[in-house]
Amino acid sequence: MPKIKMPKGTPSIDMTPMVDLAFLLVTFFMLTASFRTAEPVTVETPSSISDKIIPENVLMVTLDKDGRVFFNLSDPEARKEMLNEMLQKYKIGLTEEKIEEFSFMSTFGCTMQELPAYMNTEAAKRASFPTQGIPTDSTKNELLDWLSFAATAAGNTGRTAFEKAKLKGGEPKMEDFKPKFILRVDSKTLYKDAQTVIDVFRELNLNNLNFVTSAEAIPVN
Amino acid sequence: MAQIAESGGGDHGKGKGKKRAKKGSTHVDMTPMVDLAFLLLTFFVLTSTFSKPKVMPLAYPAKPKVNDPIPPKANNVTTFILADDKVYYYRGEFYPKSRPGENGPTELSEANFGSGENSVRKLLASWNEYVIKNKAELDKKLDKKQIADSTYENRLNKLTVEREAVKVLIKTDDKALCKSFIDLVDELKIASIGVIAPTELSAGEKELLKAKN
Repeated sequence: MPKIKMPKGTPSIDMTPMVDLAFLLVTFFMLTASFRTAEPVTVETPSSISDKIIPENVLMVTLDKDGRVFFNLSDPEARKEMLNEMLQKYKIGLTEEKIEEFSFMSTFGCTMQELPAYMNTEAAKRASFPTQGIPTDSTKNELLDWLSFAATAAGNTGRTAFEKAKLKGGEPKMEDFKPKFILRVDSKTLYKDAQTVIDVFRELNLNNLNFVTSAEAIPVN
Repeated sequence: MAQIAESGGGDHGKGKGKKRAKKGSTHVDMTPMVDLAFLLLTFFVLTSTFSKPKVMPLAYPAKPKVNDPIPPKANNVTTFILADDKVYYYRGEFYPKSRPGENGPTELSEANFGSGENSVRKLLASWNEYVIKNKAELDKKLDKKQIADSTYENRLNKLTVEREAVKVLIKTDDKALCKSFIDLVDELKIASIGVIAPTELSAGEKELLKAKN
C-alpha cells in the first residue's frame, strides 16, 4: 500500500487580505470612536423618537434608579468658578490641585461635607464612594446652590465663547452658546424623585428642560 | 504561530562548496504586528460608543407667582394620569361626583402603551386629527421648499395652540416611573401635540385613582 505523503514544511496561508481588513477596521474605529467618560453611576435612559443631539454647553443632573442625585457641568472653566463659589459658601477648603482636578472631572455626586473625602478618593474608586448623592431636601438644598452657581458660571463662559465666535466671523447664534439644562433619569427612577429635581430647576426659573433618551425609530403609520 | 518563514533554511546538506544566494522571497514575520492590530481593533470595538445620546426637550410651566392672574381655561384639554404602571385619562374638565357636568361625573379610562386597541397612540391620533392633517400639509410645503424653516416652525406652533388642537396635562402619582413618563411624552410628540404641561394631581383625582386600585 502506498503511503500518503504528508506535505513537508509549514503550510503558508496568505494573510494579507485579512491583515488589510484588520487595519482598515482599526483605522475606522480609531477615527470614529468617541470615548465614554468614567461615570460614577450607570444610568439606563428611556428611549424616545427625538433626534436632537445633546448640546455642548450643558448642566446635567443625573438621577440613578434609587433616586440619588448627581451633577455635571460640561465647561471646565465654569466648573472651577462654580466650585470656588460653593467652597466659599459652605466654608470648605480644597487644595488648588484638587480644584484643578475637579474642573476636568465629569459627573460627581456627594454632599459638601463629603467633598474633600470624595476628591481624595482615587478616581477609579469614586464610583463606589458611599454617598446618598447631592441633597435636595428643602432644609439643605445643596443642589439648588450648585445649579444656581453653575447656571451663572456657564452663562458667563457661554457669553465669552459667543464673543470669540463673533470675532472669528460668521454669524453665531447666542442661543447655541447658552447653557442647556439636561436631566438624565434611569428608566426605573420614580418620577416623584425626578420631580423634586425638576422643582429645583423651576425654583431657579429654568423651565426648559431636556431629558436624555436613547434613539428609537419613528413609528410608521 | 501562524506563519514563520523557514523556507530558506534547507541549504546545509547539499553543499558542494559552491556558495549560492538564498532562493525564495524574504519573509518578514508579521505575526506581532497582526497581533497588535487585532488587539487595537478589539479595544476600539469594545470601548467606542456610537450614537451620541439624544435629548428630548420639554418645557415645564413656570412656578406660579403670588399675583399671577388666573390663566384662561384652555379648550380641548386631555388629562393623562400615570399611576404605577398604568395610564388613565379623561377628556375635558374634571367634574367631581358632588358637582357633575353635562355627562355626569368624570370617570377615568385606562389606556396602554402598545399600538393596538385603546393604546395612547391610537387615541391621540384620532383626537388630534386636525393638527396631524394640517401638519402633514405643512410638511409637504416644507419639502417642496414653498415655505422657509422659520415660517414652518411659526405655523406649527400656532397650529398646536388652536382651538381644535389637543392640549395635554400629565399628572403622576407617587409610584409612577420615569420610563412611563418619558414614554407618554414621546407618544404626545408622535401625535404632534405642542402643549404639554406636567402638573400635580388634585384631591378629586386622587380619590378616583384610589377607587380604581
